[in-house]
Amino acid sequence: MKLLIRGGKVVDPANGINDGRDVAIIDGKLAGLNGISDLSDFQVIDATGKIVCPGFIDMHVHLREPGFEYKEDIVTGTRAAAAGGITTVCCMPNTEPVIDNAAVASFVVDRARKAGLVNVLPIGAITKKQEGNELSEIGELVSAGCVAVSDDGKPVMKADIMRNALDYTKMFGLPVLSHCEDLALAADGQMHEGYYSTIYGLKGIPTAAEEVMAARDIILARLTGGHVHICHISTRGSVELIRQAKKDGIKVTCEATPHHLTLTDELVGSYDADTKVNPPLRSTEHVEALLEGLNDGTIDCIVTDHAPHHLESKDCEYNLAAFGISGLETSVAVCMNLVNQGKLSLEKMVSLYTTGPANVLGIDKGTLTPGMAADVTIIDPEKVKIVDPAEFYSRGKNSAFKGMKLKGWPVTTIVAGNVVTENGRIVTP
Amino acid sequence: MKFERKDLLGLRDLTKEEIEHILYTAAPMKDVIKRDIKKVPTLRGKAMVTVFYEPSTRTRTSFEIAGKYLSADTVNLTVSTSSVKKGESLKDTIKTIEVMGFDAMVVRHSMSGTPHYIARNTNMRVINAGDGANEHPTQALLDMFSILEHKGTLQGLKVAIVGDILHSRVARSNIYGLSKFGCEIRVVGPSTLMPPELEKLGVKTYYHLDEALDGVDVINVLRIQRERQHTGLFPSLDEYASLYMITPERIRNAQDDVLILHPGPMNRGVEISSEIADSTRAVINEQVTNGVAVRMALLFLMMGGSRDEITN
Repeated sequence: MKLLIRGGKVVDPANGINDGRDVAIIDGKLAGLNGISDLSDFQVIDATGKIVCPGFIDMHVHLREPGFEYKEDIVTGTRAAAAGGITTVCCMPNTEPVIDNAAVASFVVDRARKAGLVNVLPIGAITKKQEGNELSEIGELVSAGCVAVSDDGKPVMKADIMRNALDYTKMFGLPVLSHCEDLALAADGQMHEGYYSTIYGLKGIPTAAEEVMAARDIILARLTGGHVHICHISTRGSVELIRQAKKDGIKVTCEATPHHLTLTDELVGSYDADTKVNPPLRSTEHVEALLEGLNDGTIDCIVTDHAPHHLESKDCEYNLAAFGISGLETSVAVCMNLVNQGKLSLEKMVSLYTTGPANVLGIDKGTLTPGMAADVTIIDPEKVKIVDPAEFYSRGKNSAFKGMKLKGWPVTTIVAGNVVTENGRIVTP
Repeated sequence: MKFERKDLLGLRDLTKEEIEHILYTAAPMKDVIKRDIKKVPTLRGKAMVTVFYEPSTRTRTSFEIAGKYLSADTVNLTVSTSSVKKGESLKDTIKTIEVMGFDAMVVRHSMSGTPHYIARNTNMRVINAGDGANEHPTQALLDMFSILEHKGTLQGLKVAIVGDILHSRVARSNIYGLSKFGCEIRVVGPSTLMPPELEKLGVKTYYHLDEALDGVDVINVLRIQRERQHTGLFPSLDEYASLYMITPERIRNAQDDVLILHPGPMNRGVEISSEIADSTRAVINEQVTNGVAVRMALLFLMMGGSRDEITN
């Protein structure tokens, strides 16, 4: 099987490439064009006018399987990823049962290998059942294929447990992905605490709920020498804490989501629960701080925190609705709009989806270097489409971007040399 | 002039003219209440339902009798939020009520925005009778009507709102309503019971009662929820009373003809002293009557015809 992606503009930050050239794939691996004289037996993908990138990685996704298949499963979730131009997802362990042991991790790996459309790398739980009390069998989780640990969805409230987690994971070179939320400060909160929570009459979640925990975890990373990765940062304070910690040489990385990079708390005034997410949509000053953080290297990667929910848990009273946004199928298009608006360069955006997460996780992905597995994301920068959740492959139709007109969409996704989408729709069964 | 909105969800989105329209319609309605035969046929053949997911006697009764004075058929439904959580979804409840043929639904809910959600999901007219800490538009309308009756105008008045501003839908609706009429609005209460960035709404924030009441024309005293003292937001009701209770002593620097409002039910000896509550400056019982008049006006405008019909 030979494939030639012809005529596109190749953006491959790891190799410093940003120009027009062809990309060859032979037997599922990227191949150098040097030495290939006869292209006649190559299947050709015409990428004229398109942007050809290393396959995008989303290291923060909830695939919901096992346990919550009515919200999403590995099949629907990886189809959503492929349609969204993502070739590798890391799935969070807040499943039922929790991915806190090798058996569950192996189940996910096997299911993904058989039924998944993209690469799936599981994340193990930091603590047993994500209860925050005892460390999971982290060594076994690593053996089973986990690339990180996280109690995402729940913060590790006990500082001594987080200390031990950061200390213990050092042995495996594993990052601890920390969901930073002080539960007492955030209690019963529905949205960002600020002007709009005042006028909408909803209980606010102060920025401090995130920042006190981010500060704690940075201090613990310094103490232990462990690698803390702060999940879905949403506040100016978090950006500033992490920026300083990086200057101080502490092993801290972080991520931000497309919704926190583009939407504000004003949107909550519709009381449409598709705007309800944790951490909450913040105010403009925080959105601006995140954009600064993206551009100056404080933020390492863009992730969706894809959180698909069943209709009934969103189509209800705002306070009763579940937190979360189904983001896989809008992620790249939303960030292309940041590029269109000049808020982010294309090269930077591509690196935030490729080398950025690959470096955080220490995985051998995110480049178009010959010899690597041929994961490729092709974007049509001119394609304009209105976000319609009814078209989502994900079971979660809970999109805060619904109805928005976006320009620049992923059109072709190639995973290990297999073309899985064309024009943004799945082509393999 | 007709009231053009399908729903009344809050005062934030209403124009000054719409509010005036309701208030001016309430005056003739108040006359109806004072008659021997308290019934006009204007809403005959119309049906309204009050659905209260939170306990309330006065607001629910007020809406019910307002509907009955106008000859609408009124039905009351009291639901506990906890049973709703387990059982039927709100959407199904709304649909069930709608298909019985009701023209309007008056709803109270402990969760902000629920009337907005209901309004999106039904063809019935929805009237917000209080949602969480968001709005209580008819309370603010009756407060404004009471002020108007006693002061002759709203324009330029100094109005103090005292108490738990953070959790108060009454405070928010009053702020939205009064600010459209050029009132100077002062809010006063413990700093832990002040929502953030309130001053962006054009109000002045005070923590000390005496400063806040200096020269005011109107004091609107909010009810303090007794349960709140256990949430760590303030130390005790005693301390609250010593700092914020409205007493003859505390209002000495207010205007001589200061008008005192309270949405009820009162905690005498906590946010308001009996001397004040029972004084001629307080119009707390009159507010209740005005509440019926304002709700009649609203039901009439939303389900019936134009104001000319009732004034001519």
